[in-house]
Amino acid sequence: MGPVDYIPRIRDNYARLGYKAYNWVEHRDTAPWAPLCKPLSECRLGMVASGGIYVAGQVAFHHKDDTSIREIPADVDTKDLRATHFAYDLSDARTDPNVVFPIDTLRRLVREGFLGGLSSRFHTFMGGIYSSRRVTEDLAPRLTGRFREDGVDAVLLVPV
Amino acid sequence: MCHQSVGLVARHAEAAGIPTLCMTSALDITRAVNPPRAAFLDFPLGHTTGKPREPELQREILIGALSSFETMTAPGSVKELPFRWSEDEGWKAKAFAEGDERAARHDTPQYQDEEDRRRAEQGGPPSCPVCRS
Repeated sequence: MGPVDYIPRIRDNYARLGYKAYNWVEHRDTAPWAPLCKPLSECRLGMVASGGIYVAGQVAFHHKDDTSIREIPADVDTKDLRATHFAYDLSDARTDPNVVFPIDTLRRLVREGFLGGLSSRFHTFMGGIYSSRRVTEDLAPRLTGRFREDGVDAVLLVPV
Repeated sequence: MCHQSVGLVARHAEAAGIPTLCMTSALDITRAVNPPRAAFLDFPLGHTTGKPREPELQREILIGALSSFETMTAPGSVKELPFRWSEDEGWKAKAFAEGDERAARHDTPQYQDEEDRRRAEQGGPPSCPVCRS
């Protein structure tokens, strides 16, 4: 069985609920490209995840086109991670945040020498942002600025 | 829309000179937004980097995905990871009910539990002042 087609599924859901069709972003260009200039074992990796992960003690995300960012220290205690989101079943993410925010996995890959190191902080947001313009003009530039501040060689992005 | 948002962020960062890799479990959305590099894991949404409490599987998934940084040479490439959620693929039929339902959305913080709210409102452990805005 092939991959699930989400675009027609969401279109049908919207139609059933009486909403107009969502205009998905479609790029037919050649995607931007920045080659990795050294082996992963020498790279410092950053991560951004859109599954609504926050640390206990931080203000949680809200569910209405929230474009705010939470900063997650790379040495966070995994049991202090929380998840909030409106568009996926949170039960497994709350059992083990590594299913949408692979923090323990990345730390292990550094210990094993597969990765050179990790950024001192990661970034999370609520990915269910209806306006792609807000993502392109507001959220993406702020995140890119943070990657630069973090001095990362490459970034892993994890949606839900 | 998470997959779309993440793809847009990846394109922005890559255009600024930072190599990126997007995980994806929604192949059609990712292909439409066309990020520089992607690794497709054919799992139900909410498990983009593995199954809960299966660290060996989580490790294999990330190694398979991250190695794309060293092997991909063409912009817009998608690597299909060789892992299956289950022998039968019944979850795919059920997945139709999930996704964006346009349900009521609240613009106040939605905490996982009330203890989190209490800690955040009392100014718990350090958190970024910018994020509190």
